[in-house]
Amino acid sequence: MGFLIDGFSQLADNFAAYTISGLALGSVYALVALGYTMVYGVLQLINFAHSEVFMYGTFATVFVMYLMQSAGLELAATGPKFILIMLVCLLAAMTASSLIALLLERVAYRPLIKRDAPKLVALISAIGASFMLAELMGLRGKILGWIDAPAWAEQYLARSRDVKSLPIDIKPVTIMNVFGYDLTNIDLLVIFSALLMMFALDQYVRRSRMGRAIRAVAQNPEAAALMGVNSTRVVQLTFLLGGMMAGAAATLYMIRIGATKFDVGFVLGVKAFTAAVLGGIGNLRGALLGGLVLGVAENWGSAFFGTEWKDVVAFVLLVLILLFRPTGLLGEALGKARA
Amino acid sequence: MSNEIPNVEVNADRLAPVSGPPSAPVSLRTRLSGFGDKIAGLPKPVKIVLMLLAALLAYALPLINPPFISTPDTDFGGVLFIVSIYALVALGLNIVVGYAGLLDLGYVGFYAIGAYVVAVLTSQHGSWPWLATVPVAVAVTMLSGVLLGAPTLRVRGDYLAIVTLGFGEIIRLTAVNNDWLGAAAGIPKVGKPSSIPPAPEGQVSQGLFQIPHLNWDTGVPLIDTARNTKFLVFGVIDIVPYYWLALTAVILILIADVLIKDSRVGRAWEATREDEDAAELMGVPTFKFKLLAFAMGAFVGGLAGSLFAGRQGFVSPQSFPILLSILFLAAVVVGGQGNRWGALVGAVIVGYLPERFRGFEEWRVALFGLALMVLAIYRPQGILPPRTRARALKAAKTQEALEEAGVSNA
Repeated sequence: MGFLIDGFSQLADNFAAYTISGLALGSVYALVALGYTMVYGVLQLINFAHSEVFMYGTFATVFVMYLMQSAGLELAATGPKFILIMLVCLLAAMTASSLIALLLERVAYRPLIKRDAPKLVALISAIGASFMLAELMGLRGKILGWIDAPAWAEQYLARSRDVKSLPIDIKPVTIMNVFGYDLTNIDLLVIFSALLMMFALDQYVRRSRMGRAIRAVAQNPEAAALMGVNSTRVVQLTFLLGGMMAGAAATLYMIRIGATKFDVGFVLGVKAFTAAVLGGIGNLRGALLGGLVLGVAENWGSAFFGTEWKDVVAFVLLVLILLFRPTGLLGEALGKARA
Repeated sequence: MSNEIPNVEVNADRLAPVSGPPSAPVSLRTRLSGFGDKIAGLPKPVKIVLMLLAALLAYALPLINPPFISTPDTDFGGVLFIVSIYALVALGLNIVVGYAGLLDLGYVGFYAIGAYVVAVLTSQHGSWPWLATVPVAVAVTMLSGVLLGAPTLRVRGDYLAIVTLGFGEIIRLTAVNNDWLGAAAGIPKVGKPSSIPPAPEGQVSQGLFQIPHLNWDTGVPLIDTARNTKFLVFGVIDIVPYYWLALTAVILILIADVLIKDSRVGRAWEATREDEDAAELMGVPTFKFKLLAFAMGAFVGGLAGSLFAGRQGFVSPQSFPILLSILFLAAVVVGGQGNRWGALVGAVIVGYLPERFRGFEEWRVALFGLALMVLAIYRPQGILPPRTRARALKAAKTQEALEEAGVSNA
């Protein structure tokens, strides 16, 4: 049992470090998990292609950075200018991701929902869409190869199946020391922005007119339709909101990790879906809790057993929680949220 | 939508005059389903003869090497082996997903366990003959199915999907991180099935007899004696004997599948899938039957894994990505969940198409994704849905048409 004691001292020595980086990672999971949870809440479908929605957001971030650089903009890695640049990236990523999400709804889901097809078939359609979206990004150099692209775009298109990094090197700056851990501005930025986005979404779903419509369709689609709720619009809106959150998650992910790849979505998507289930699928606050718990538990687990067991810890935790709380930590309830 | 089948409509359909003036051209879809009905209506001996012929054709396929069907860019025997492994897996997963209605996204875990047991016993920690390891592999896989199922099958529906997904990942990551299992590098020199007759000392076995292949290069079939398949020699280059072995396994599992599906167990699965509460009220111990389905699915998955390990000669975690589970599921759903023939068709699509179109290189995964999407949207019930479901769909459509006619008449 020596390794457990080693692991324990490893964790105890760097407790704050593991926890805070876990929170940062967990908030990215949570943002992506919101997309899964909302679509599940409204349609009871696992939106398998949501991971690709996230992936397109990461590439939009890279693309906009190249674009800004080509326009002669000096890209700063710190200070207010950095925040401004990141806001532009955030907007671009959110736009790209929501467009992909809307396209997905239109092409892969709506024909099936209209026909009342079995749920498993919608899953297969989403899997197909996911393969295609990921591959199209991986082949972007081939597809756009015949266009006489300017030099900066060449750089973006080149080696489209390899890892693509941000053109700037973001250097974290220590802000304060928390129990021996140097808390950086990046950590704070990621956690704070994620929480802000989630708070905004939560309030929107709870308070706005369309939010009420979403909850109504989640609760009882037929009764909602009888009350004059346009269910197609509501489904579109859930995909749009999920896409926006995934886009935001993508930019935060890029700020923290700094590189992406055409198949980056799959593993992150599985994790985010796990987070959604962990918190109780269909439950917005559950997704937040699930994401944070998963991120932190993963990091603690990797301190205990070694980094290579990180994913195993995540899944074992999921199985254990589902055994004792079969509907997740907070229970499943998009429809039951109070107005 | 109710699941009752209004008998009147179906019978009225049958009583409709067959002869008479030829009406509008029949669509391909109705013609296809008519073909299925025709086969189903044949007397039993004829059906058996037809099936024997089909099996014979399947065995002879790599020797005939038919143009258009044969794969120009990869070894046809190898592709057929992969297809038959997919077929085996699809049959096993069809028991879990199609019959019992349990969404299993971690089926690759069982496949991996089967392969790893063979690899560990024949190479890493022992030198058993391949054949002796298969029963062990299958037993271990079944046990792992029960161990996974016992706690998780109480979880319903989509939760089960994510738990099984996690299981598949745990199995793979355990293999990656465990030195006893060869870690990320995997286990080389996995034992192959022993040839019949066994090779003389220091020589290559020549087999019982040799069978030539056909060569279609000139447009007419020529017998190609330069490439003979040595009967029942499990070597490195010629994969045809492995294909025969796998095909035999597929046929045995098919027969077992027919027997089980039509038994009390099969009916219990169907009842559980359609309405768990109702089944429980009727006295079906649903949990036990779900566990049984899981164990049987695992059994077949382990068998497929051990065949794969024996052919590959090399087992590593990279052979068992989660994506493979998803492809397996796609095979079952695209083919038509709940119908064993549908599962076979799905396996052919998922295993064969990407290999046939290897010429498209990097485009093939994208095209495969597109094909999955198009199939799901235009044929949501699968290519070959189970007959009861097809009948229910047809009946619902007739009823709808009648209701509409009634409304417009009123």
